Amino acid sequence: MAGKDFSMLKDPLVDNNPITLQVLGICSALAVTSSLKVALVMAIAVTLVTAFSNFFISLLRNQIPSSIRIIVQMVIIASLVILVDQILKAFLYEISKTLSVFVGLIITNCIVMGRAEAYAMKNPPIPSFLDGIGNGLGYSLILLLVGVVRELFGAGSLFGVQILETVNNGGWYVPNGLLLLPPSAFFVIGLLIWGFRTWKPAQVEKREYKIMESEGAH
Amino acid sequence: MPNAENTTAPKGLWARFNAMPLDSAPRTITVAVVLCLVCSMIVSGAAVMLKPQQEINKTLDKKTNILKVAGLYTDGVDVEKAFGSFEPRLVDVATGKFSTAADPVTYDQQAAAKDPAQSIALVNDPASIKRQAKLASVYLLRDDAGQIERIILPIHGYGLWSTLYGFIALNADGNEIYGLRFYSHAETPGLGAEVDNPKWMAQWPGKLVYGDDGAVDIGVSKAVPAGIDGSKYHIDAIAGATLTSRGVDNLVKFWMGEQGFKTFLDNLKKGEA
Repeated sequence: MAGKDFSMLKDPLVDNNPITLQVLGICSALAVTSSLKVALVMAIAVTLVTAFSNFFISLLRNQIPSSIRIIVQMVIIASLVILVDQILKAFLYEISKTLSVFVGLIITNCIVMGRAEAYAMKNPPIPSFLDGIGNGLGYSLILLLVGVVRELFGAGSLFGVQILETVNNGGWYVPNGLLLLPPSAFFVIGLLIWGFRTWKPAQVEKREYKIMESEGAH
Repeated sequence: MPNAENTTAPKGLWARFNAMPLDSAPRTITVAVVLCLVCSMIVSGAAVMLKPQQEINKTLDKKTNILKVAGLYTDGVDVEKAFGSFEPRLVDVATGKFSTAADPVTYDQQAAAKDPAQSIALVNDPASIKRQAKLASVYLLRDDAGQIERIILPIHGYGLWSTLYGFIALNADGNEIYGLRFYSHAETPGLGAEVDNPKWMAQWPGKLVYGDDGAVDIGVSKAVPAGIDGSKYHIDAIAGATLTSRGVDNLVKFWMGEQGFKTFLDNLKKGEA
């Protein structure tokens, strides 16, 4: 694989992560990260949808009239999402039951549309496909990190395997109930963004204003 | 090609289409129509092709849950075979008698509850289900002698966020609970969703539904209510999930009561079902 292609896959992981830097797709990151298994399936689904929607939109990019381009993108994305939903229901019934409405909500995931509009509309199909995979992986990385924290400390398990015996089942660990509720993902993602920006100071945006030095302060 | 500066329109539909400016109205409409047609064909094609597999999954899931509530499920068991020992029947909820108005194997109680022709609107509706199907799918487990061993009844009702769907299994006397289990709900993970916790579910087996006077005494509450024998009729509510617990309490009382399966269970005891 050429170096450029590889960096297209690698960049969105940390340097240009869709969640922590572009702050897209937060909504679904809150909803599906309370258990790792669900987060993993969601991550795979979003990655596939982003990659293929980028691919098809890029194929059609010279035919899409700009006045209806957003609608065209939505139609393509929605069709792909319905396909994913139908396939999950047919082959991974248990998981599709837990994901329920969130699969449908991939349509509204800003990452998918964001990449279609920002990248696929202007680039050839193959790089667009890779861009979709890369951004999907960046999303997956954060989803799984948040999932690990929430499931481990919220339910004492990872992928459903009990690691910390909870009090409810006669163990010692008192689970943090807040972590099982969607708002906790805000805190975890916030901490992740802080961590990423401390590690890569280039990600910190310039201040839009500066607080005035107060004169005569003591 | 004749003279290069000819002004005739390009030949052929495709060429003419391509010559149109990208944003012209006819071209925009054509792109929209073609795209919608193609996408709808793909989507409906997938839906139709995968439908049989999805139906299989759905029934398998339901059967698995019936096996689980009846205590017959172990990992790796052949669900279809184990399910063969059940006798699916339909019960007319109002009269409490078996009904042959529909095929018990294909009857879909959830769908029937939405159909005005097959359901009644509830006035007194403690379980918040709005409409109740006239017929209910029950499952009977018979022993080798053909005597009823267990009765599996479908129950559902509203919790905090969602409708909980489940089954309650009763022993042959139609009073002692063998187990209770919900197979579909969307309660808060870690709080209301603890209805799936095996520890909590383990409280149900051995409890009785009806008191000596025939009233529904079983209940889910924090403290044992006055005048109730806690060891027989009391299920401890789930900590931190008051509303879900209340929902379970309501729905069990509703389905076990006069509006639910009480008439049927009485008939069954008398052998008149």
